[in-house]
Amino acid sequence: MNFTLFLTVLLTGILFVGLVVVLASWLAPRSFNKQKLEAYECGIPTRGSSWAQFHVGYYLFAILFLMFDVETMFLFPWATIAKSLGTGGLLAVLFFLIILVLGLAYAWRKGALAWK
Amino acid sequence: MFDFTVVTNWIDALLLSFLPGWAATLVECVLVALAIITLYAVFAIILIYMERKICAFFQCRLGPNRVGKWGSIQVLADVLKMLTKEIIDMKNVDRLLHKMAPFLVIVASMLTFACLPWNKGAEVLDFNIGIFFFLAAGSIGVVGILLAGWSSNNKYALIGAMRSGAQIISYEVSIGLVMLTMIVLTGTMSFSEICQQQADLGWNIFRGHVPAVLAFIIYLIAGNAECNRGPFDMPEAESELTAGYHVEYSGMHFGFYYLAEYLNLFICAGIASTIFLGGWAPFHVLGLDGFNHVMDYIPGAVWMIGKTFFVVFLLMWIRWTFPRLRIDQLLALEWKYLMPMSLVLLVLMAVCVSLGLTL
Repeated sequence: MNFTLFLTVLLTGILFVGLVVVLASWLAPRSFNKQKLEAYECGIPTRGSSWAQFHVGYYLFAILFLMFDVETMFLFPWATIAKSLGTGGLLAVLFFLIILVLGLAYAWRKGALAWK
Repeated sequence: MFDFTVVTNWIDALLLSFLPGWAATLVECVLVALAIITLYAVFAIILIYMERKICAFFQCRLGPNRVGKWGSIQVLADVLKMLTKEIIDMKNVDRLLHKMAPFLVIVASMLTFACLPWNKGAEVLDFNIGIFFFLAAGSIGVVGILLAGWSSNNKYALIGAMRSGAQIISYEVSIGLVMLTMIVLTGTMSFSEICQQQADLGWNIFRGHVPAVLAFIIYLIAGNAECNRGPFDMPEAESELTAGYHVEYSGMHFGFYYLAEYLNLFICAGIASTIFLGGWAPFHVLGLDGFNHVMDYIPGAVWMIGKTFFVVFLLMWIRWTFPRLRIDQLLALEWKYLMPMSLVLLVLMAVCVSLGLTL
């Protein structure tokens, strides 16, 4: 039943967007104008394509995110049964966390968190 | 408490009395879909009106006051206006990705919206891994935003999308860790069980005392950033990027981003009220049986929606009070302060739970 409901909600979202777009394109007036289709800029034509290389700083944050998101994922099973695992489980997880925090500290020390 | 499964079971029995099994399931699915779309649209309209009014009052203005009494149907008029605006196919955009991005954003917010427990038994998506599913479904939205910025082939959109992507994924770490903190306390990931537990034992924010209150504050900050709202609204900083990642979207395509933004605010507040403030669980004081009995008469949905709007008000208050941060300050706030703090909180909560210090 849960999977059926999941599919229902997924299809609801897709149909909602699809139907509203169809409705809007049916209701809306159309006009044709060459300038209208230009990319938005402040008064001058855009120079070149915008599909360019971009600031590497974001890339470092993406890698850090990956590290900690995977860590969070590993912690979920532990968190659900943390009560019954007690102190032993806590110590094991603490060890795991310390290794990750060392990773963060290394990145911090190397200046990955500074915006250049 | 009133159990909503009575209603759903009654509908199920009624449908099965004159329909075969598959048809009954189909009708139920359509009913669920209609209910979700109705709630989604109604809450979006209420929230947009509320935001405009509250923002106006914070700035000593009147806000919308022309269309309808106190401007109450201004938002409906705006929706109609947006529907009658042309959806423009820009010249240099990547057509497929440009059209796909709103789908991803809306689907992500609808899936997370369906996770909210409205009342006892009134919950659409109730998995035993509810919080995990919530985080997974919520992160589809980032892909939509990045696609929107990239496919627009516009420099403002690209910068906005990159900022937004960096911001959302960064704060997602904090949100995940704070939720983990509460999972350690409750010992379950299902939203309905979390609410049931809070109805029996008291709200999590009281049960978890110090770590839970700190977690709630971190959740509010990170949730505000997750919704791209001020003071963390660099992705669409009007004065520098005009509109950020949705600058090339027109008409209803833009409307979807607007809708998703407000619904994400509502979902963020709804999850805060579910995992910290008890969801549909009424407010109980230990020992005051008469008071507790009176509180039980207020329906769960009223509690849930009331708490959610309280948190929404808190978030709007934050938005209209603080000035905007710079992107480096924002990422430093997350990685140097919030994230280590939420890690410490997680350990603190685990220590409290294993030593039996929770209430």
